Amino acid sequence: MSLKLLSRNGLRSQPVTTARIVPARRWSSSISQRPGSDSVRFPGAVNSKFTSEMAFLKASDLPAIPTYRVMDSDGYQIDKTRPAPNVTNEEVLTWYKNMLSVSVMDVVMFEAQRQGRLSFYMVSAGEEGITVGSAAALTPDDVVFAQYREAGVFQQRGFTLKNFMSQLFANANDTGRGRNMPVHYGQNYPRTHTISSPLATQIPQAAGAAYALKLQDLQNPNRDPRIVACYFGEGAASEGDFHAALNIAATRSCPVVFICRNNGYAISTPTLEQYRGDGIASRGVGYGIDTIRVDGNDVFAVNEAMKEARRLALSDGGRPVLIEAMSYRVSHHSTSDDSFAYRARVEVEDWKRRDNPIIRLRKWLENQGIWSEEQEKETRDEMRKAVLKEFGEAEQEKKPSLRDAFTDVYEEVTEEQREQMAELKRILETYPDEYDLRPYKDGINGLD
Amino acid sequence: MTSLRTHFRSFAQAPRRFYSGAPSTAAKLNLPVDYKTTPILHHTSSSLSNTEYPAGATSKRLNLYQAINSALRTALSKSDRTIVFGEDVGFGGVFRCTMDLQTEFGSDRVFNTPLTEQGIAGFAIGAAVEGMKPIAEIQFADYVFPAFDQIVNEAAKFRYREGGTGINAGGLVIRMPCGAVGHGALYHSQSPESLFAHIPGLRVVMPRSPAQAKGLLLSSIFEHNDPVVFMEPKILYRAAVEYVPNEYYTIPLSKAEVIKPGNDLTIISYGQPLYLCSSAISAVEKAMPGVNVELIDLRTIYPWDRQTVIDSVKKTGRAIVVHESMVNYGVGAEVASTIQESAFLRLEAPVKRVAGWSTHTGLSYEQFILPDVARIYDAIKQTLEY
Ligand SMILES: Cc1ncc(C[n+]2csc(CCOP(=O)(O)OP(=O)(O)O)c2C)c(N)n1
Ligand SMILES: [Mg+2]
Repeated sequence: MSLKLLSRNGLRSQPVTTARIVPARRWSSSISQRPGSDSVRFPGAVNSKFTSEMAFLKASDLPAIPTYRVMDSDGYQIDKTRPAPNVTNEEVLTWYKNMLSVSVMDVVMFEAQRQGRLSFYMVSAGEEGITVGSAAALTPDDVVFAQYREAGVFQQRGFTLKNFMSQLFANANDTGRGRNMPVHYGQNYPRTHTISSPLATQIPQAAGAAYALKLQDLQNPNRDPRIVACYFGEGAASEGDFHAALNIAATRSCPVVFICRNNGYAISTPTLEQYRGDGIASRGVGYGIDTIRVDGNDVFAVNEAMKEARRLALSDGGRPVLIEAMSYRVSHHSTSDDSFAYRARVEVEDWKRRDNPIIRLRKWLENQGIWSEEQEKETRDEMRKAVLKEFGEAEQEKKPSLRDAFTDVYEEVTEEQREQMAELKRILETYPDEYDLRPYKDGINGLD
Repeated sequence: MTSLRTHFRSFAQAPRRFYSGAPSTAAKLNLPVDYKTTPILHHTSSSLSNTEYPAGATSKRLNLYQAINSALRTALSKSDRTIVFGEDVGFGGVFRCTMDLQTEFGSDRVFNTPLTEQGIAGFAIGAAVEGMKPIAEIQFADYVFPAFDQIVNEAAKFRYREGGTGINAGGLVIRMPCGAVGHGALYHSQSPESLFAHIPGLRVVMPRSPAQAKGLLLSSIFEHNDPVVFMEPKILYRAAVEYVPNEYYTIPLSKAEVIKPGNDLTIISYGQPLYLCSSAISAVEKAMPGVNVELIDLRTIYPWDRQTVIDSVKKTGRAIVVHESMVNYGVGAEVASTIQESAFLRLEAPVKRVAGWSTHTGLSYEQFILPDVARIYDAIKQTLEY
């Protein structure tokens, strides 16, 4: 009762009274200047020194941000003085198999689309090192938001071939209930949010999710603190949402790691027409965010950077970190695209030959004596068989029930939707020859 | 350049796997639209005369993306003030609408933008208010929403806000492919025309065919000083082919067209569903000899040609509105209530709406969510027999 009165008063009276509701702040501008100081504490730039030399900062004069690497393209550790990557052989073999599995699946599904058995597909060729290497540094309790070229993240987080195929064929086992285009995977735990096509929308969401985790983990100190990992392309980083996300994550000290996959292209648009300045990494610095650029073809560099980023994200009460992982999109953008209309075939061939995360890791494994030509062949054959088996089963599986056209829009189907479902059912019954309901689970009864 | 394979062809053409159910083999109504014979398209050059198209003009068979390309080329040639830009526009756009334009007119006037719809729209508004004729492409209507603030709060209100300064965003055209294609799911299927039609200050246009598109697009660029949201049904990009006049011509905005006269019932629609309406009308007229249905293409969704619609319904006494996007708070609601206000005493039956159900376009369910020939056929029969 009294609260209501207070807010009523607040509404009527001068703004001064709001101070009673919102506690007064000490504004930084109230800090007085020391006589003879060589800098001024402007509220917007507290450590800026005075200078009599007028000089504009030239982006082109600044040295390019370096690219972190652990292993060279022949699979050898570059700096022999540092310890070897802190991972067991077993772990590295798991990464390798996960990268390989995604790549085997990509080849099969791309071809399947060409045969008309699938409407659409996107491969992640050349980016398996980024996705698997970074996801390997996460705990199952960490939360992931991805863009669409991150099959390796799903694979590393336990998404099975059956999960992949159920989504790709939009069948009754698809957690997305047959609603999304192929490659829009999603899983509840380890939480990896369902892919959304509108670019960059997930980036500010990741900041908010990280804030939620931070508050919850503060409220429950017994649990291990969690982070959010957020993936996106360098093209998506041109959206306003990217900039909003970095800024809000920085100001709210959110434990989120932003991972930009910079693969040189956004469909046909090369990075030169996408941005100026030193890549996406330079943006992080501008927002006051700890930033690193890594060689995306080097799974160890990606993994180490992600481990450290995760540690930083959870230090000092939380903060965002930006990783720019460099690669080259060796594939077409998607099955709907023919990239030779905008880039030379030799450019792609050169890149394929020059460097590739899978081949590089394979060389490493062979140098360590823990992988052989024979194992490679055997593993690939097994994987191909496994993919084809799940493919065949998923393709035969029924589509979900027709009711799922209407469910989940709201928590409960609305009265208006119920009438529409009844009207649809009447149409299907009146014109049975016009519709083939056999592929749908429960047929026409799905609308009951 | 026939060697260039088509981009995003699978967004404009049906794949062999039908996500939302194959057409039933026994179907008599829900057959794939036969664009080669539909009366909606001009299959001969002579059928162009006696219409709004320029008399005696030479013409060429073009599909919708080629007709848009031809309109853009005409606009770029006609005025130096015209600029064309958007994501991936430089190499021709993912639907090929801007093909070869950068080569012909240079990268100062035809260019790629960074991937930012709010940037594209704001940039276009700025260029328009300083005297250019910007034609901005949004890659899919589903991705226009980051630009919503610029379009709704800025483009639409510019002239009103500036008042006496006389400054306005006229000359601005924002093009976007829209509509379902069978496998676009949540984010490659939407038709958000009613969201824009709610905003005074915007003209919202959706052409039904290649020849209509060229005339309406040139009209949007040169004949009107209002910002235009120009929505192109992407399923028609390759499917709809007809004779299109080669030269410059315009089709007035905010003017509907009676594309098939009739006496017993009026169907009001726009864009791709007109083809479904046409099929449903043929089926009804065959099944019920003597019945004659009138079909109206709104063409401009706002500000719309109320008089043509009201006159028609006063004549027929029955009306159905058909559109692809959701029925709730859609264009059909506006049209139906206007009819009800202006022709109530002439109505023999309630005005019906056949539109998308109040849900999202789930991949596996598209066929059941959006209007089809059977649903339109059923609505015609119900309205006639009311
Ligand atoms: C808001 C929005 N605009 C446009 C698109 C269309 N689109 C899909 S992917 C893509 C390119 C994205 O490039 P990038 O972020 O670099 O990712 P990459 O494909 O290279 O992995 C575009 C323009 C979209 N999905 N969402
Ligand atoms: Mg990219």
